[in-house]
Amino acid sequence: MQIKIKSLIKTIPFLVYQEFNNEVCLIVSNNTLLFVLHFLKWHIGLQYNLLSCISGVDFLTKNYRFSVVYDLLSLTYCSRLRVKVFINEITSVPSSVNVFINANWWEREIWDLYGVYFDKHPDLRRILTDYGFEGHPLRKDFPLSGFVEVKYDDNKKRIVVEPLELTQESRSFNFESPWL
Amino acid sequence: MIFKKKELNKELKNFTINFGPQHPAAHGVLRLILELDGEVVERADPHIGLLHRGTEKLIEYKTYLQALPYFDRLDYVSMMAQEHTYSLAVEKLANIKIPRRAQIIRVLFAEITRILNHLLAVGCHAMDVGAMTPFLWAFEEREKLMEFYERVSGARMHSAYIRPGGVSLDLPCGFLDDVYLFLDQFNYRLDEIEEMLTNSRIWKERLIDIGVVSSKKAVNWGFSGVMLRGSGLTWDLRKNQPYEVYSEIDFSIPVGNNGDCYDRYLIRVEEMRQSLKIIKACLNLINKGPIKSYNYRFNSPSRNEIKHSMESLIHHFKFFTEGYILSSNETYTATEAPKGEFGIYLISNNTEKPYRCKIKAPGFSHLQALNEMSKGHMIADVVTIIGTQDIVFGEVDR
Repeated sequence: MQIKIKSLIKTIPFLVYQEFNNEVCLIVSNNTLLFVLHFLKWHIGLQYNLLSCISGVDFLTKNYRFSVVYDLLSLTYCSRLRVKVFINEITSVPSSVNVFINANWWEREIWDLYGVYFDKHPDLRRILTDYGFEGHPLRKDFPLSGFVEVKYDDNKKRIVVEPLELTQESRSFNFESPWL
Repeated sequence: MIFKKKELNKELKNFTINFGPQHPAAHGVLRLILELDGEVVERADPHIGLLHRGTEKLIEYKTYLQALPYFDRLDYVSMMAQEHTYSLAVEKLANIKIPRRAQIIRVLFAEITRILNHLLAVGCHAMDVGAMTPFLWAFEEREKLMEFYERVSGARMHSAYIRPGGVSLDLPCGFLDDVYLFLDQFNYRLDEIEEMLTNSRIWKERLIDIGVVSSKKAVNWGFSGVMLRGSGLTWDLRKNQPYEVYSEIDFSIPVGNNGDCYDRYLIRVEEMRQSLKIIKACLNLINKGPIKSYNYRFNSPSRNEIKHSMESLIHHFKFFTEGYILSSNETYTATEAPKGEFGIYLISNNTEKPYRCKIKAPGFSHLQALNEMSKGHMIADVVTIIGTQDIVFGEVDR
C-alpha cells in the first residue's frame, strides 16, 4: 500500500511526505486540504473512506502554531493514512464536513479545545467544555488548573463561578536528567 | 359560536423536551434535546461533555507510566482494553518488543474485558427495553470476571495491569485453572440470557428494524466495532490488522446483515462466545517465561534485585519518579476495544512526558450519529438506540 501511495503522490498537491514507524503521513497546505481529502476518499485505488478521528496539536513556539491531523482508514485496502495541516493563530481551516459527515463533532471538539476556526462548519458550538466556558483548555498556554472554579454557594443557593485560588501552586517536576 | 376559517387552520408546533442528564436510560450523563412531533422524534441533539475531566490535558503533565491509569477511567467498563491500546502506542514509540507470555496474558485479559463490557451492554440494553432479569444475571458474571482482575492486579476495576513493556505482575497460582472453570460455566449463563431474550417476542418487537444503519452510512459516520459489523461489514482489527498473538488464534467475526439493533445484540452475544474461544486458546498457548520486557529502560528491576543492589534501587526510584524519555516520534495506534476502534494518537518529543495524547473514543463517533439513527422513531426507541450504541460517558467526554 505504501508503494501505491508513493506512486499516487504525484497527483496530490502535498507539501511533505513523512513516515513514522511505517505510518504514512502527508502534510498538505490549507487551501488544498479539501481536494486532497476528497481525492483520498473517492479514488478507486485508495478509498480512504472512513475518517477515524481528527486531532488538534498545539506547537506553542512554532510559527505555524496549530496542526490539525486527519486519521483516515481504508477498509478495502486495510491501510491507514494521516493528513496534516499546519496553521497559525489567525488562519482558519476549511471544514471537511462535506467530505466526511462525521468530521462535524471532531471539528467542534478542536474548536472547543484549541480555538481553531473551521470555515463553513454548519454548527460550530462548544462540545466538551461547560456551557459558557471561556478559553481553549488544550492550548499549551492554558494552565492545567484553569482560571476559574465552579462551586455551590450555600448563601446564594446556587452554583457560582469564581476565580481560582490555590493554597499551593500546582507543582511541576521538571528534572534536568543527566541520567538517561 | 362561529369560527372564522383562518382560526381553524392552526399550525402545530413541535414539542421540544430535555432528556437527561440524569436519566437512568441515558447511560450516564447524556443530555438530549429531543424535538418531537407527537411521539415521533424529529431531531435529537446530544449535549455531551458533562463528564469532561480533561484527561488529554492531564496526560500531557504526567510521565508515560503515570498517564496509564487515566485509561482505566475513560471507558470504565472496558478498562484493560484501553490500557492495552496505550501500552501498544508507547511500545511503538519506544520500539520495544514484549515477551510472549506477556502478549498472551494481554490477549487473555483483553477478551475477559470484552466479555465484561458486552455483559454490561446486553444487560443494560435489556433493562432499558424492559427486561430486568438478564441484567442481574450479567452482573453476577461480571463480578466473577472482576475477581480475575482483582487477583492479578489487586483492583477490581481500575487495575493498571497492562503496562508499556509487558504486564505489571505475573499470574497468581491456580489462576488459569479458575479461568477454565469460569469458561465452562459461562456458556450456560449465556444460554440462559439468550433463552430469555433472543426469541422473546417483546424483545424482538422492540429491537428489529430500530435504528437501522446501512453499511454505507456506517462507514460515512466513522463507525467501528459492533456498530460497523452490525451493518454487514467484516471489519475487525483483531483480524485485519492483528496485534499481539491474535493472528495465531482461530476465531470468527460475527457479522449482521440488517444493521438494526437486534443484529447488534446477536453480534454482541456471539462475540462473547468467540471471546471464550480465544481465552481457551490462550490457556493452551500460554508458556512459562518473563512477563516484562528485558529492556530495563522501560522496566523496573525486580523486588529481589532491589533488596541486594544499590543501582537497582536507584533505578527503581528513577523509573517511577522521573520516567523514561522517548525520542521525537508519533503514532496512531488503534485496537479493537469492545466498543469499537479505540485509538491513541501519541506524540513524543524527547521528554519524559507525552507532548500530545489524543484519545479516539469509539463512542464519540457513534453518539454523533444518534440524530440520524433516531430520526422518525418513537421516543421510546431512542432509549433502545442509546442502548445499542453501548455508550459510556467516561470515554465520550474524556
